[in-house]
Amino acid sequence: MIRPELVCPAGTPSAMRTAVNAGADAVYCGFQNATNARNFPGLNFTVPELERAVAHAHAGGTKVLLALNTFPPAGKVDLWKEAADTGARLGVDAFIVADIGVADYIAHTHPDIRLHLSVQAAASTPESIRYYCREFNVKRVVLPRILTVPEIKLMADEIPCEIETFIFGNHGLMVEGRCSLTNYITGLSTNMDGVCSPAAQVEYIKDDAGNLSTRLGEYTIDCFSCNESAGYPTICKGRYLTPAHDGPYYAFEEPISLNLSTLLPDLMKAGVTALKIEGRQRSKAYVKSVVSAYRKAVDSIMAGQDPQISDLLALTEGQKETQGAFKSKTWR
Amino acid sequence: MSKLTMAPILFHWSAEDKLAFYHRIADAPVDDVYLGEVVCSKRAPFFEKHYDEVADALTKAGKQVVFSTLAEVMLKRERHMIAGFCALEDFPLEINDSAALWHLNDKSYRVGPLMNVYNEDTMAYLAARGAVHFSLPPELPRDSVAILAAKAKELGATTEVQVFGRLSLALSARCYHARAHGRIKDNCQFVCEQDPDGMPLNTLDNQEFLSVNGIQTLSHSYLNLIGELQDLQDMGVTHFRLSPHTVDMVAVAEIFRAVLDGETNAQDGRAQLDALDIPAPFVNGFWHGQAGHRMVGA
Repeated sequence: MIRPELVCPAGTPSAMRTAVNAGADAVYCGFQNATNARNFPGLNFTVPELERAVAHAHAGGTKVLLALNTFPPAGKVDLWKEAADTGARLGVDAFIVADIGVADYIAHTHPDIRLHLSVQAAASTPESIRYYCREFNVKRVVLPRILTVPEIKLMADEIPCEIETFIFGNHGLMVEGRCSLTNYITGLSTNMDGVCSPAAQVEYIKDDAGNLSTRLGEYTIDCFSCNESAGYPTICKGRYLTPAHDGPYYAFEEPISLNLSTLLPDLMKAGVTALKIEGRQRSKAYVKSVVSAYRKAVDSIMAGQDPQISDLLALTEGQKETQGAFKSKTWR
Repeated sequence: MSKLTMAPILFHWSAEDKLAFYHRIADAPVDDVYLGEVVCSKRAPFFEKHYDEVADALTKAGKQVVFSTLAEVMLKRERHMIAGFCALEDFPLEINDSAALWHLNDKSYRVGPLMNVYNEDTMAYLAARGAVHFSLPPELPRDSVAILAAKAKELGATTEVQVFGRLSLALSARCYHARAHGRIKDNCQFVCEQDPDGMPLNTLDNQEFLSVNGIQTLSHSYLNLIGELQDLQDMGVTHFRLSPHTVDMVAVAEIFRAVLDGETNAQDGRAQLDALDIPAPFVNGFWHGQAGHRMVGA
């Protein structure tokens, strides 16, 4: 069994230090602009911050993966190229990319730096992944969260690169890299601007009965009564009405978190070489707890022991967790 | 000359309804007609046996028939489907998933709007390896489309922009149609057949919002770029895409054709579309770099 790399979120310099100190094998991060898919205010790195962070991470033996995983719209590709050049100069260990043009630029301009194919590229078949490997020398693919563990094992046998899978965080059901829902409501694009459900257009409105509506732009995404805690209004986790269903329901997905702690040994046996924790927008406390717990779990599995998974439920969304598509197809 | 195209039917219409539709479209003023199941592979068997007949009728009517492939490829059966389409010699192919790129090598193909060609570098890369036609993602704003239309011309390729119909906003591996009926995708019993233009999804305050089509999420509103046709033509976009709905698509095609040809002005064309009584508002926000649900300048 290969010792898998634990890949951890680093939304800010201090979150990166926390992840490194908690035992991350690799951290992933982005610049403060549209070049990455978590382009939120207060998140991500300036150039000097990333320079210091790379030095700190490397001193601790941790790799730094730079996410350049959005799709540059025509006329703006220079921003992505500059980000790649800067990342290369700062010594990042890999670029995480989704756009063919960006992948091609890096493969030619920085051929010595590893390319990882982002989940944003929506590559869900061996043919698709083999294409990116052949064309751009991709070394690792981040798989979409839609395959069972046996399907991942079959995939591993058919592709010439490493596999990274999500193990904790957002359930993420929409095919990443192909969702324009946010842009439809807000005018900001997940693919082009790296923005999903921008906070500047989020509103919480309380009515006389104490109900709290969450709104994005001009649309109500959900409504909560007094004893419920209001979730963040992302369109795919909202409640809606349709004639086919009795009353409000989660039409796409419930606010629930992916937690694959009990599937870890199976994933490792299936040939997964990197385990990804989602949550660059989450707190340092979250990063510390989740990374530490998974560090212990992976180490104990490698030592031939049963993993001691501490209770991560408190960190999941709505205190609900799922093994999503990884456990069975009934999820579909 | 500006070409008008009929996009693949996104919805699960019965075979009879699809046959009737294509026989009517044979007489409509469209140049290219896309056939093929793009959204859900489970629906494909219902119409496969009619492809030859329909393609033949359309070809005899002077249309260019193009086969459009699945947008989300996952299962072995779907992988075989893609491989089969990529081996087709008789008709051009529009691909919607990168799995097809593996099979095509340098064979000529069209890139569908569900593939992510957002910029001139990606376009040039694919054009150098067989792509001859690019149908651009609907969320691209005007300025980017202008650059891509010019780039395509330089590369000897053509460009297509959707100008009518609900906007495809998201895809998933989960079937939302089955979910609304308490089922899962593998036991959906083809319930999507009940909603020939998609299943309405309203907000909790009953504002009309989205439209569900199996694993696909569409806008409730209908894209209408009739007022932008002149601008699109001026920047060199060559193909104008109508996405089929249950409204009179022949009438829609005739209205767009007349405006493209300068026989009707955009204002009159717009009034004629309004008269079709489509039960949803028209929008054009993405084109103007605004929220997609907006209608600018009507």
